Amino acid sequence: MTFPERALATRITLLMLGIGLIMAFAGHDIGFRLQGAVVVAATLATLVVLFLIRTQPEPSPQELTYYYDAPIKAGIYLSLIWAVLGMFVGVWVALLLAYPELTFDYAWSSLGRLRPVHTSGVIFGFGGNALIATSFHVVQRTSRTRLPDQLSPWFVLLGFNLFCLVAATGYLLGITQSKEYAEPEWYADIWLVIVWVTYLVLYLRTLARRQEPHIYVANWYYLAFILVVAVLHIINNLAVPVSLLGSKSYSLFAGVQDAMTQWWYGHNAVAFFLTAGFLGMLYYYLPKRAERPIYSYRMSIISFWGITFMYMWAGSHHLHYTALPQWVQTLGVTFSVMLIVPSWGSAGNALLTLNGAWHKVRDDATLRFMMVAAVFYGISTFEGSFMAIRPVNSLSHYTDWTIGHVHAGVLGWVSFIVFGTFYSLVPWIWHRQRMYSLFLIEVHFWLAISGTIIYLIAMWNAGITQGIMWRTYNESGTLTYSFLESFVAMHPYYVARAFGGFLFLIGAVLAFYNIVMTVRHMPIEREVNKDIPVGLMPVQSGEATA
Amino acid sequence: MSVSERDKYTGHMTTGHEWNGIKELNTPVPLVLLVFLSAAFLFALGYWILMPAWPLGDTYTKGTLGFDQRQHLAKQIEKNDSEQSRWIDPLVQLDFDAIQGNSQLMAIVDESGPALFEDNCAMCHGSDGDGGRYFPKLNDTSWLWGSDPNVILQTLAVGINSTHPDTRIAIMPGFGAAGVLSAEVIENLVAYVQSISSSHNTSIEQANMAGKEAYSMYCAGCHANDGTGNSVVGAPNLTDDYWVYGGDTTALTATLTHGRKGHMPAWDKRLSLSERRILTLYVLSLNQSVVTGDKP
Ligand code: HEC
Ligand code: HEC
Ligand code: HEM
Repeated sequence: MTFPERALATRITLLMLGIGLIMAFAGHDIGFRLQGAVVVAATLATLVVLFLIRTQPEPSPQELTYYYDAPIKAGIYLSLIWAVLGMFVGVWVALLLAYPELTFDYAWSSLGRLRPVHTSGVIFGFGGNALIATSFHVVQRTSRTRLPDQLSPWFVLLGFNLFCLVAATGYLLGITQSKEYAEPEWYADIWLVIVWVTYLVLYLRTLARRQEPHIYVANWYYLAFILVVAVLHIINNLAVPVSLLGSKSYSLFAGVQDAMTQWWYGHNAVAFFLTAGFLGMLYYYLPKRAERPIYSYRMSIISFWGITFMYMWAGSHHLHYTALPQWVQTLGVTFSVMLIVPSWGSAGNALLTLNGAWHKVRDDATLRFMMVAAVFYGISTFEGSFMAIRPVNSLSHYTDWTIGHVHAGVLGWVSFIVFGTFYSLVPWIWHRQRMYSLFLIEVHFWLAISGTIIYLIAMWNAGITQGIMWRTYNESGTLTYSFLESFVAMHPYYVARAFGGFLFLIGAVLAFYNIVMTVRHMPIEREVNKDIPVGLMPVQSGEATA
Repeated sequence: MSVSERDKYTGHMTTGHEWNGIKELNTPVPLVLLVFLSAAFLFALGYWILMPAWPLGDTYTKGTLGFDQRQHLAKQIEKNDSEQSRWIDPLVQLDFDAIQGNSQLMAIVDESGPALFEDNCAMCHGSDGDGGRYFPKLNDTSWLWGSDPNVILQTLAVGINSTHPDTRIAIMPGFGAAGVLSAEVIENLVAYVQSISSSHNTSIEQANMAGKEAYSMYCAGCHANDGTGNSVVGAPNLTDDYWVYGGDTTALTATLTHGRKGHMPAWDKRLSLSERRILTLYVLSLNQSVVTGDKP
């Protein structure tokens, strides 16, 4: 960072510290005060870092003509830390459902509090950081330009992680809006809006500086991800706080409108956070790694517009057979079914890109991660369209089948593409010949795929068993099974699921280890990075920041 | 910059753009994709024509099938009700003796009782009616309020110490906390109560007479002179070996000092009469299966 940027960074951090102190000392409820303490701790840590780097020289003009990779590196580490943490809590939550005594009688370790720590930890912490880091990488490389300044990428990355931290600690304290994937309370939401708008502006500024005549597909997806998530987040979280010094707020929406807003958000969070962003990743790293051209530019176009247009209508498939008017459900069914086409268009485009590189898929576990990701993307979107049909949904809804579907998406698709990407990206940006251990990547691949398959088979069986038990009637028309019996029947599946998740977690730990060892022990080789250099427009050292 | 070239492997042309080494082929969209897209759209179009679909101001297109999920549900409920009235009607009209003598009705009780009990009662009374601390056992022969089915039915309707206006009331006074009895008297009483219970083998002679005297003065009114309890006020039998709140000295001292007031919810608003009747008979059958030794 330049000196003016450091000064500004210090001022922003001090401001945040002030807000944290007010929360911690003037807060009305103990939860809010502790949240303030988290903010204080995080900002103090940032100030210490800023103090330590105060004497470091400013970036040289020569450096300013190269890509800015430091925040990408930090983002990769943060993503991996959240991955291990979030997946660990995931295994814990899985075990809790099989062995409820594992709460050890604390309030914070109850299922209702740990579950969102897991979901937010992996979706936002692991997935979000991976998206931010790779988006910085992809947009610079495909635009042949450096990020416009040094401060806003750090603000976005660290600000986003502060949000994740406040969210996760809040859940443990019992602070929640009770909206799935939008649990954080109003103050965290407002902070995220600031961070996210900065992110959008940063991305647009970088694209505006591009030295290529056209914008590459991956950037369309990243941009859709950033833009739509901003809109979703702001609308779904509209709420009135009870007090500006308290953690509780009330949503602006009520009843069925609230449910529809929430699932319009929820489904598009799946679409734009868990899908569009990662498709951006796929569109860059898969062809790069395979060293093949994208199979069809035209398929990219229709898939992109198909996905962005149709997903918006599909949220109501989360509310079939409820008080939601039936016509809204109809729209949900029909758009969900049509969605399969652009989804498979993307998955097919990715797999066909591998034509001519299948021998690499066989030999290179990294590329195999990406190939499997595309396959699971195809599987989970097929399954999603199927489950969106009302009669199918009447069986699957409220059961663990939904959980199975989710994890085909987030393990098979999202995690596989992230790991494949990291294994490619780490040697590139750290200028290493290759990853520290190719053998460990191979082990990770097999752990991850067996963990995923065990997980999915367990949950599909569990879900269908539940669905059938809940609708089995006696001859007299009364229910045959109590809810408790259906729950008892889940026990073996829950144990199997925890085991599958455990394998997946071990894989993530190996990835972390392997990446750390690559950075620490592999020799630096400058010429490894075959990136086309930045175009000739230098960065102005004092350029304004967001 | 824009120079198309032919990809050697697929034979397709590139678009001529390049981003950090990534190129794109200009491959036409495969026919299957277009066919599927049209098929999916036709499916959607058909669905929109048949079903309620598009909003039009304050109404919406109703669809040519005239299907409406609420009406459909109401019809299903009506159909189910009319099928079930075959056994619901006699179940709510006949008296318990007549039902117990009717093997067809009892078959329905047997198949419907377990799930109803597990869904509504098991969290307190245990899935086999085994009870637990603070929640009475239902599969034994000692009853707080009596084993008459009509009494149980009434308990289910209004609850015990519940929010129902006609609730049954069962209060074991807190003699120590109210200052009525001293700690010493309570100690004597505990020893006496243990001596008359079959769960302890201390005999009445061993217990001191002070306890016995205090008992007849303060306790006999509700628990009866011989300690066998009184089902009119829900006072438990103290002479058997079953305790809701525990029979050891600590638990008994707590009972006598602070009193007890168990809470059993009222079910008349949550379960239909036929369901409450099924549960009454099912609870009684739990009891018989303990006697005969086979599980329900
Ligand atoms: C919230 C816990 C709870 C639930 C749920 C509950 N009960 Fe009870 N029940 C109790 C308690 C406590 C008592 C004892 C109250 C007292 O007299 O102090 C009791 C008493 C009874 C009695 C009287 C026992 C006797 O010895 O006379 C019956 C019968 C009974 N429950 C049946 C049921 C049935 C059937 C259900 C399900 C519809 C049910 N209970 C649900 C807590 C519960
Ligand atoms: C006003 C009537 C009343 C009087 C007087 C009374 N009891 Fe009770 N007692 C009850 C009732 C009712 C219960 C059941 C409370 C419940 O389950 O909520 C009970 C419960 C008990 C229990 C708990 C039984 C178990 O299964 O855990 C003991 C022990 C007991 N009484 C002993 C005594 C003794 C000793 C005295 C005299 C000092 C006494 N009671 C006086 C009504 C009375
Ligand atoms: C064509 C694309 C897709 C469609 C039509 C679709 C459809 C569905 C349906 C019908 C449900 C169940 C709703 C319910 O019964 O409650 C669901 C749940 C879910 N799906 Fe998908 N899905 C698609 C793709 C994906 C992908 C790729 C992912 C992940 C990367 C994903 C993640 C989820 C999540 C997280 C839920 C759980 C929501 C909850 O918590 O209840 N979906 N989806």
